[in-house]
Amino acid sequence: MEIKSIFVIFFVLVGIFFMLIGSIGILRLPDFFSRTHAISKSDTLGILFVVLGLIIHDGTLVNSLKLGLIMIFIALANPIGSHALANAALKKGMKPLLHKKKKEN
Amino acid sequence: MESFFLYSAVLLTIIIAVPLVRVIKGPSVLDRLLATNAIASKTIVLICLIGFLFGRIDMFIDITLAYAILGFVGSLIIAKYISLEKKEPEDGN
Repeated sequence: MEIKSIFVIFFVLVGIFFMLIGSIGILRLPDFFSRTHAISKSDTLGILFVVLGLIIHDGTLVNSLKLGLIMIFIALANPIGSHALANAALKKGMKPLLHKKKKEN
Repeated sequence: MESFFLYSAVLLTIIIAVPLVRVIKGPSVLDRLLATNAIASKTIVLICLIGFLFGRIDMFIDITLAYAILGFVGSLIIAKYISLEKKEPEDGN
């Protein structure tokens, strides 16, 4: 196996692992303000890793530049969306969960 | 390399199906909106992988860019609309 395929497989698998952690986090965390962490951090990192692996796999210049544009847009847009949702929740009057409850789920 | 992309696309589809549980049983509207945002941002990667499977990545990248911009603008506008509503007294979550 050539050295390029090893890098592609490594980056895509690491990205899928981080996206799996984000999906489990949005299902398991107890509060709205803690669920935004699972979306804005680990999900963005997973998407960036997978697109980086696709850039390495694709050789031509134009497609790699377009994929780099997608990377920049995702890295800007995904935390902005999560922050806007959290800001809307705070303005609406939703309180963050400060003390741990006994029976959750 | 084609079979690896096929298997990773199948795995990514299973990962995308997980936040649907939060969309169905979310306590408030914002939880459902957050899970929808997560699904939309993971679908971008899935469309890129399908483009590499079909061998037409030059066409699928443009679809991906348009989908990303539409999802981002929709999420921002719905968040703005919710924050401008009248404030509820208690029992937010």
